[in-house]
Amino acid sequence: MSLEKKIRNFLQGPRKGEAYELKSGLVSQYKHERKDAIQRVIQAMTLGKDVSSLFPDVLKNIATYDLEQKKLVYLYLMNYAKTHPELCILAVNTFVQDTEDPNPLIRALAIRTMGCIRVNKMVDYMEIPLQRTLKDENPYVRKTAAICVAKLFDLNPQVCIEFGFLDDLKNLVNDGNPMVISNALNSLYEINDLNKSKDLDILIINYDLIKNLLLVLNECTEWGRITVLKCLNDYNCNSAEEANLIIQRVIPQLQHINPAIVLSSIKTILKHNQLLQKASQDANLKKLSSPLISLISNPIPEAQYVGLKNIRIILEKYPDILSKELRVFFIKYSDPLYLKLEKLDIMIRLSNENNFNLLLNELKEYSMEFEPSLIKKSIKSIGLIAIKLPTSIIKCINLIIELIDNRGGELIINESINCLTTILRKYPGKNDLITLILPIISNNFKIDEATHESIMSYIWLMGEYPNYFTGLTKILSSLWENNFNEFNNEIKLIWLNSIIKINLNKNLNNEIYSNLLQKTLNEITENCDDIDLRDKAYIYWRLLSVNDEQLTDKIILHKLPPIDSVIKNFSPQILNELINELGTLSTIYGKPSSTFIEAPSNEIKQVTEEKEIKDENLLDFDDEEEEGGTTTKNENILDELSDLFTNNSKSETDDILNLFNEMNITQPSQPSQTSSQSSQPSNSKNIDDLLDLF
Amino acid sequence: MASQIHFLDIKGKSLLSRDYKGDIASNAIEDFPLLLLDMENNEDESNYKPFINYKGINYVFIQHKNLYLCGLTSKNENIMSIIIFLSKLIEVLTQYFKHLEEESIRDNFVIIYELLDEMMDYGIPQTTDTKILKEYITQNYYKLIKNTPSRIVQPPNAVTNSVSWRKDGIFYKKNEAFLDVIESINMLINANGQVLNSEILGDVKIKSHLSGMPDLRLGLNDKGIFNNEESNSKGIEMEDIKFHQCVRLSKFENERIITFIPPDGEFTLMSYRLSSTQFLMKPLIAVNCKTKIHKHSRIEILCSTKTQIKKKSTANNVEIIIPIPDDADTPKFFPEYGTVKWVPEKSCIIWKLKTFPGGKQYHMKAELGLPAVDSTEDLILKKPIKVNFQIPYFTTSGIQVRYLRINEPKLQYQSYPWVRYITQSGEDYTVRTK
Repeated sequence: MSLEKKIRNFLQGPRKGEAYELKSGLVSQYKHERKDAIQRVIQAMTLGKDVSSLFPDVLKNIATYDLEQKKLVYLYLMNYAKTHPELCILAVNTFVQDTEDPNPLIRALAIRTMGCIRVNKMVDYMEIPLQRTLKDENPYVRKTAAICVAKLFDLNPQVCIEFGFLDDLKNLVNDGNPMVISNALNSLYEINDLNKSKDLDILIINYDLIKNLLLVLNECTEWGRITVLKCLNDYNCNSAEEANLIIQRVIPQLQHINPAIVLSSIKTILKHNQLLQKASQDANLKKLSSPLISLISNPIPEAQYVGLKNIRIILEKYPDILSKELRVFFIKYSDPLYLKLEKLDIMIRLSNENNFNLLLNELKEYSMEFEPSLIKKSIKSIGLIAIKLPTSIIKCINLIIELIDNRGGELIINESINCLTTILRKYPGKNDLITLILPIISNNFKIDEATHESIMSYIWLMGEYPNYFTGLTKILSSLWENNFNEFNNEIKLIWLNSIIKINLNKNLNNEIYSNLLQKTLNEITENCDDIDLRDKAYIYWRLLSVNDEQLTDKIILHKLPPIDSVIKNFSPQILNELINELGTLSTIYGKPSSTFIEAPSNEIKQVTEEKEIKDENLLDFDDEEEEGGTTTKNENILDELSDLFTNNSKSETDDILNLFNEMNITQPSQPSQTSSQSSQPSNSKNIDDLLDLF
Repeated sequence: MASQIHFLDIKGKSLLSRDYKGDIASNAIEDFPLLLLDMENNEDESNYKPFINYKGINYVFIQHKNLYLCGLTSKNENIMSIIIFLSKLIEVLTQYFKHLEEESIRDNFVIIYELLDEMMDYGIPQTTDTKILKEYITQNYYKLIKNTPSRIVQPPNAVTNSVSWRKDGIFYKKNEAFLDVIESINMLINANGQVLNSEILGDVKIKSHLSGMPDLRLGLNDKGIFNNEESNSKGIEMEDIKFHQCVRLSKFENERIITFIPPDGEFTLMSYRLSSTQFLMKPLIAVNCKTKIHKHSRIEILCSTKTQIKKKSTANNVEIIIPIPDDADTPKFFPEYGTVKWVPEKSCIIWKLKTFPGGKQYHMKAELGLPAVDSTEDLILKKPIKVNFQIPYFTTSGIQVRYLRINEPKLQYQSYPWVRYITQSGEDYTVRTK
């Protein structure tokens, strides 16, 4: 074989193998062989193989009357256009021809595909076909062309604006066909998200548009309705009449079978409802309760979850909206775990004086289930009810005792200890409760099986109610001997607090305590690597050596204010943001979109711009993302912190906030305590102490 | 809405994908199997949720048999829409292929691509109605086109019409409409036979064999709907009525009349829910089951069941599914009536009673052996007993169809509406065990 031949062979590629077979199939003289080859190419593409090398050969098959083949070639083009941008131009002719085809299906297919070929060179050739299809007599083609404008804008905004496509699109919003209208709206929304230039009016929602949309709402397909509802939601009403009209037209949509429409309708009604008078507001809210319930009778668990998450947010803003509907949230055995936990959360929020007996019975059942996190949350919930409803407290405690007796096990015991400690935090110093609770805890606590949280609860209780423990000296010595070194800093902190409190207690005079105190102070100041903990030990040490009884009493034995509620709530600002973002991803994550969606780079400019425009009432829509961008991170942290401390007496909140702000800077190692209840005693105690020091 | 849609196998490996927008890297889905694994292996099982946010990309997925359908977006999108769209996708594909599994995706990738193209464009949902899609995306149109030029297949007008669910020119020789009122009962009963929670999920299904563009009007004995023209005291009040998109919602809201142009063939016209706050405090089929476990030797089950329905009604195909420990074996059954079967792979025994007249009571005794060695798990019996049944010619709520008026303005034909009622167990008719 001559060298020349070898080189030629090499250039031609192998004559065997899949690629060769496909290649020869694609250029076969027989129609069915070519089609078969295309199908196999697409199959290889689906499997993730790179078949981009066949691009020229596939392209040869684009001019065909066979619709299926055409679709396949187009599909291939969309996927591999980027690898061969220069060759795409070869397809342009066929595209342009196809947009003139008598069959609207082909016209639409061509314009849809052209938009999906994300190659810059394509832009120049799109002008004429797009212009033509935007004015096509067939609505199917027009609705496809409407979306193509957004695709073009994505590729090249300037061309899109210069050729007047944006204006054409704006006109389509008043088209006679509902589907064209909704696609045009969608397309405008997309463009709005893509837009980076600040002096471009994209979607102007005025009352004329709203009136038109209200008329087409019932004519639209289900997806169109969602778009129209979004638009209705984004309109800021000028008067109560306008708001009322929108609400009245949207209410029938609550009965649509598609839960996405139901949720969007609820959102829209809630927004405009605020403009109405109190009486009609309440009447409208009443109408929302059964649609809300319908969100969780959907057979798709994922949709139920979205429903629950949104219900949780709505409940916080409107606590009475579902007051009679506890039973529908009862957990079903077949529910996935994430639904069970979410339902539990909602049931606690719905608990009241009338239904807590029923709910406690349910919680008892759930505590006997086998999923650990469900058991944990059920027991925690019993505590939450006891704190929320004072009349239920004895029943709650008895239930916990029953659970420990009937089932036991470390999981239940640890969780019960935490739960009972929290109950005592709400009702401090109540003798009957203490004598009821403490024996249960001291009888069941086993250090070897305890979790960090339950150890903390246990040690805190010893400091707070030392007189109720029998054999306190033994317990403390044993903990010191065997376990202290394994404690983490959080537990050590509580240990320090407790041991000092015990020493200051006049009823307990024992050398062992003072010995332990001395050892603890030595140990922490000498061997502890945590600055805050060490500093705290030094402060106490100095305080004790001053020997001013009044001062120590005031600082160390200062009683904690009872906690109000331990049900997690959003701060008002975040809650409002979430209400505005109902139905979106942010409701799932429970935080505003600004915290998890990357903000556009020119964010700040746009925000100010936005506000100005809003003042002039030119641009009536809020871009949620951008608005969220105004909250700086610091504020967010502050919010979360103030969440944390809503438990404290309110007059002190501000000082505490300030303080804590400083602490937050100086104590970076303080674990981010998202209101984990058992760590709260120490934490807020901490602050009280510090507060008094200043 | 969603930038990419993926079909993935149970491990999260991609089977078929469609990128609609190109604003998310095409390899983003390759992270999905790991994320999935991470979540499943996490010690805290409560971490599993059908939503993942990773590197600024949101993965929204639903599971269907051995498949995941996953939508990707980087924006704060309407999450309910994405989930409903994915479930519609499953619905459409199931109607096309009968079963949607890994296998059917591999076999039908061409048509799936076509459907994906038609159902969503640039991430915006378009048409998700199978009946209409079938008009222009046909399984075998390959053959159709062979002999005729492609000009034949056109988008049906219905796609963009306001009546997007029915095509023109339907003709039947005999015009009939079959109406099924099906009520599914979900009940949660505690071990003492007390009803904790119950609900009726009703569906009114129609099979329409009607020509032209008929306009239908349905009359029910609902209080809310028929307050003014109805004097009969036995009306019922339905909550939470949901209608098929063909029903004119504003007409219903304003005048309480159900009017619609039906799609051709079978569809669910409306569904409603009635919760226990109204009535239904007694189980239709009560089950009382006592389980005695003699550790290391055997387990004894004593079960009795009673129908608490009218004497002339009969419950059919009653199945009482009783959970047993995984390691139980050598079953012995002594049913007074019916048959009992042991299903070891599901750790349960099923007591079947083919017909079960109202007011009757039957007993059953079962004994199974337990292994002599200690089993670590002693909590499995928390699993509730499930009951399946059907009661024909009977609705629990008392809903009745008063009339179904059919009017086709052009054709003016005679038509025959047929009505059937049935009550059955829902997904969750369960009795807790002690």
